[in-house]
Amino acid sequence: MMKIGVLGLQGAVREHVRSIEESGAEGIVVKRIEQLDEIDGLIIPGGESTTMRRLIDKYHFLEPLQAFGKSGKPIFGTCAGLILLATNVQGRDTSHLGLMNMKVERNAFGRQRESFEAELEIKGVADDFEAVFIRAPYIAEVGEGASVLAQYQDKIVAAQEGHYLACAFHPELTDDHRLTAHFVKMVEESKKSLAC
Amino acid sequence: MSRTGTDRVKRGMAEMQKGGVIMDVVNAEQAKIAEEAGAVAVMALERVPADIRAAGGVARMADPTIVEEVMNAVSIPVMAKARIGHVVEARVLESLGVDYIDESEVLTPADEIYHIKKNDYTVPFVCGCRNLGEATRRIGEGASMLRTKGEPGTGNIVEAVRHMREVQSQIRQVVSLSDDELMTYAKDHGAPYELLLQIKEEGRLPVVNFAAGGIATPADAALMMQLGADGVFVGSGIFKSNNPQKFARAIVEATTHYDDYKLIGELSKDLGTAMKGMEMSTLTESDRMQDRSQ
Repeated sequence: MMKIGVLGLQGAVREHVRSIEESGAEGIVVKRIEQLDEIDGLIIPGGESTTMRRLIDKYHFLEPLQAFGKSGKPIFGTCAGLILLATNVQGRDTSHLGLMNMKVERNAFGRQRESFEAELEIKGVADDFEAVFIRAPYIAEVGEGASVLAQYQDKIVAAQEGHYLACAFHPELTDDHRLTAHFVKMVEESKKSLAC
Repeated sequence: MSRTGTDRVKRGMAEMQKGGVIMDVVNAEQAKIAEEAGAVAVMALERVPADIRAAGGVARMADPTIVEEVMNAVSIPVMAKARIGHVVEARVLESLGVDYIDESEVLTPADEIYHIKKNDYTVPFVCGCRNLGEATRRIGEGASMLRTKGEPGTGNIVEAVRHMREVQSQIRQVVSLSDDELMTYAKDHGAPYELLLQIKEEGRLPVVNFAAGGIATPADAALMMQLGADGVFVGSGIFKSNNPQKFARAIVEATTHYDDYKLIGELSKDLGTAMKGMEMSTLTESDRMQDRSQ
């Protein structure tokens, strides 16, 4: 069975594990660097990106996470996870993991009272996806080679670049597991090709 | 079509705070220290609970200037406290754009009988609880997040432990009840029946439950996580210690790795002096903030 980790430093970890298991893979909470060796793909969950970054630094996760991505193993970032994946974060001189070629803006839809849910079309995944946006970021630009999977009011809210997947909303907060299932399929394919 | 202020959006916001530490701050400088240390949110206040105790008199919503100062200083969510039942303070805080309102017994209640009908608001609320009856009544009124009451501003963990154990044990009890026993349990505890039914089916509360009221050290935070808290609020414990930066960082790490004793041991070395703290028996009846609401 495929093993998919959820970075468990802070945030909505349990919900992602549940969604992974509903999608037919094994979900593992990753709190230590060594655990990255056991997994075939990784989800970086929603939470507070500044908090997660501090804990990533504190436990020397930054380089191992970058190496994990560069080895070809898929990573899926949701909300704060999307910010951590991006090569360019508005208002910051440096990126966090800097793995996925895109420019993102934090808290781009406003504060909590502006947080919302809306139905989205996600290319190749669903045309009626209930997406929950919480103090969400959006993707201002994607780089060459990345494809836009979903937009909300002209803002890019989901994208994929090779084995990296990112969305600004929280698929783990609903019972709709189609986007997670899409990621599980990405992991399955990468596992096959990495084994060759 | 987009919808704001739905249960999913309001409860989901609290889900994102899980495993984190929310810190009380009274100005921009403290807010930045908290953010830098890895807090998932800050609570903007005029005084931390220990100082509210010391000052006496009526404690009210903070001056909006302080709330705005804190909101402008950090990019993490900002919470603020309104008095229990004070719908105008709550509406004012909502209009300022705070990310969460704490309808809090730390402030002097404006209404000794009724709480705010929180499901009317777009902004989510957190409320204190000591047991499953209080927890479910607050959820019934629309709270999107809970916390134990503990005994705020004492630096003494004993009441938070009592409340967390009580809630957890009552959840286990409800799960084990037969369907025909549930209505009587609802009556005895003043708990909404439908919510008990949901808790029985899911085996847990429908909202996040943090620990609050008396957390003063990294070990305290880890203890509350082990007892089943989803995260912790630290009120006076950080800025009443003699080294706020160090305490803040250590409490954040202990909350993440609450079962790594070696690490917590390291974090606890040379921390400096924790806030002084108070023994419960020295409090008079009117000193007990947790008894201010049910």
